[in-house]
Amino acid sequence: MSTREFLRWCWTQLTSMRTALALLFLVALGSVPGSMFPQYNISPVEVQLYKNDNPELAAVLEPLGMFSVYTSPWFSALYLLLFISLIGCILPRIGVYARNVAKPPPRLPARPERLAEHRSGTVDDAPAAIARADSWLRAKRYRTLVTADGVSAERGYSREAGNLVFHSGLVVLLVGLAWSSLLGFHGSAVVVEGNSFSNSITQYDEFSAGGLVDTDHLTPFTVDVNSFVAEFETGDVQRGAARRFDTQMTVHHDGETWDQLIQVNHPLTLPTGEQVNVMGHGYAAHITVTDGNGDVAFAGPVVFLPQDGNFSSIGVVKVPDARPQRLAFEAFFFPTAVLDETGPHSVFPDALNPEVFMNAWSGDPAVEDGVPESIYVLDTAGLAPIEGDNGEVLRMRLVPGSGMELPDGLGSITFEGWSRWVKLQVSITPGNALTLVSLAVAVAGLCVSLFVRPRRLFVRITGDRAAVAGLDRTDAASGLDDEVTGLAEAVLGGPITQPTTEQAEWGGGLSAASLQEEELK
Amino acid sequence: MTLSGTSDTAMVIATVGYLVAFSLHSLEWSAARGLAGARPADGSEDAPRLRVDLFGRLAIALTAVTLIVHVVAVVLRGVAADRAPWGNMYEFITSSLAFAVIVYLLAVWKLGARWLGLGVTLLGTVGLGLAVTVFYVDVAPLVPALHSVWFIVHIVAAAIAGAAFNVAAVAAILYLLKDRAEASGAPARGYLARLPEARRLDLFSYRLHAFAFPLWTFTIAAGAIWAQYAWGRFWNWDPKETWSFVTWVIYAAYLHARATAGWKGRPAAWIALVGVVSFWFNFIGVNLLFSGFHSYAGI
Repeated sequence: MSTREFLRWCWTQLTSMRTALALLFLVALGSVPGSMFPQYNISPVEVQLYKNDNPELAAVLEPLGMFSVYTSPWFSALYLLLFISLIGCILPRIGVYARNVAKPPPRLPARPERLAEHRSGTVDDAPAAIARADSWLRAKRYRTLVTADGVSAERGYSREAGNLVFHSGLVVLLVGLAWSSLLGFHGSAVVVEGNSFSNSITQYDEFSAGGLVDTDHLTPFTVDVNSFVAEFETGDVQRGAARRFDTQMTVHHDGETWDQLIQVNHPLTLPTGEQVNVMGHGYAAHITVTDGNGDVAFAGPVVFLPQDGNFSSIGVVKVPDARPQRLAFEAFFFPTAVLDETGPHSVFPDALNPEVFMNAWSGDPAVEDGVPESIYVLDTAGLAPIEGDNGEVLRMRLVPGSGMELPDGLGSITFEGWSRWVKLQVSITPGNALTLVSLAVAVAGLCVSLFVRPRRLFVRITGDRAAVAGLDRTDAASGLDDEVTGLAEAVLGGPITQPTTEQAEWGGGLSAASLQEEELK
Repeated sequence: MTLSGTSDTAMVIATVGYLVAFSLHSLEWSAARGLAGARPADGSEDAPRLRVDLFGRLAIALTAVTLIVHVVAVVLRGVAADRAPWGNMYEFITSSLAFAVIVYLLAVWKLGARWLGLGVTLLGTVGLGLAVTVFYVDVAPLVPALHSVWFIVHIVAAAIAGAAFNVAAVAAILYLLKDRAEASGAPARGYLARLPEARRLDLFSYRLHAFAFPLWTFTIAAGAIWAQYAWGRFWNWDPKETWSFVTWVIYAAYLHARATAGWKGRPAAWIALVGVVSFWFNFIGVNLLFSGFHSYAGI
């Protein structure tokens, strides 16, 4: 076998229906692990937790791409092969269809009565019978070919067109997805009520962009988060479930300023295509720290990350500028705090009884080394826990407006109050219009390909004898017997009593009524 | 009694109604045991034949009455909640099964498809039974994520597509049974003999699938449009999305298999059954096992 033949053989194999079927199964199977294992693109934190809990398993899963299934080489290979197979399958069919669509119906068979579904009778005026058949068929939207011997007719050309449109639509859909992923981005940032977010790469906490996005020149706009209102179910059923999330914003874009209310299903969409959603929320505690020298070393909101559905939250207050000793606090925020034998926790997501629990650390001033560190994690290197009077670690419990003096003249801390923060997500998916249109066209094509049923009907008149027959070109069609009878009646010019060749559609079972009928006979 | 209390009672009654209808269909099948395919001319089998027919009729009548109770339960639930009644698993399964029984009774009325009764009433009994015992939650308003017109569009489409897939699966199972009986060469007896030919069962199953597949495609598309509004991205590979995609691909494979030599017939029917298992896993397994954006769909 030459190389050329081999390649040809490969191509034939790849574009065969069997291969397409196998690839469809593999794509379905390949999608499954993505729902079983945590995915980087959904939640990097969960992936890390999973790896910590199952180190041995993770060592096997990670190289297999199980934590990023949908961007893994093997999954990409599967769907690309599927699409190549699809294109290889439909391109020739488009050619065949283009050549055939304008062709007249097939030639009249010599003996239509050989087809399973047929009727016959006698006519006296052949041309008139043929004319009647032709007009009957045209009224039923058949394409007809009239000869002196009779009529052959076909309908349902659009089935294959629908099929091709559907599959082409899927290819265009893939192009739309690729476009969005190359030219789109999404990023998120936590913004406390009363603060603003400006669309520049430095303001994002998380950001991922397609390869062709110029991240230095994002569309300039600013949103002021004026307020965020959350309401929760207070009744007995689904207590604590979310009921309302309203974010009031002021938007500054392209020289214009306007107020906007954002809700879950009502994001902000800018004329330039960026969409801003509120994807999460939580509490920020307003903390003021005065250092040992009596100077205010820290003042402002501290973002707390929720840990459970009732918003028990953790946060860190870092005061590197406090002197003579630098200070740090590990803190818990409970919007509806309860302290019982299980320790402090929150029993409701709304701030009905907010309290902050914290312990404090101190240490010698450290040199700023410029290494970025997470604002949510306390690096305790060089720090020692501050102890209380009895030699135990100092634990503080603060309600809004209260404060506490640290021992040894280290300073004091005050819990001034709280506000909420929102996690804003900014995204742009430029291929959306193409994706949506191609999907709509594909679904329309799919319906045509599934519901249009091609059929051929024939009338041949030999002398005074007329033979009428029909043939379905899909096995899922029904009603051929009625249609052949209808055509025969048009040709013969009256009702016919010839029994149909098929049994009644779905009956076949015996009923009391039919039994009685039989008894009457 | 409150509206929601009335709805709950009606749902339990409907569950029992389907159970009794299922029992009647079981009697119908068992009464047909050993009966020949064609009625003996001497009338020796007429008495048992009439009994088979009587059980079947009773079952259909009871199913129709039960459907009314079932629909009343679903509607009252919606009135009590002051919204469309498909905001959680309990409501989705009860609404979806109402659509399934409507599809089935239409098939009985238009096509004489009484032979679906055993499978459909079993589906109704098990489905509603699970709903009232395991999935039940009290009436409550929706979380903000569901405040959208897509809540109606996306979920109605999913419920109707699901109903059609399930009834189609019942037909596919009957097709496999009948096809095996036909392949054995021995003249079929009993209820199998009363089923339509295997070819017709396959055709019926295919048509329902062909109806459900575009609708399922639309369900996924509508969900994606909604996700774009709610989450800023139309596809997140959230477990629910992943499994609806898997289900879609399996049914796409089914449609292709029906047009492929060597896959027609029995293998294709098995693929359809894998599809319905995937559909159920997406509904129950994903809600209970995995966490994702569709978390409000749980119990």
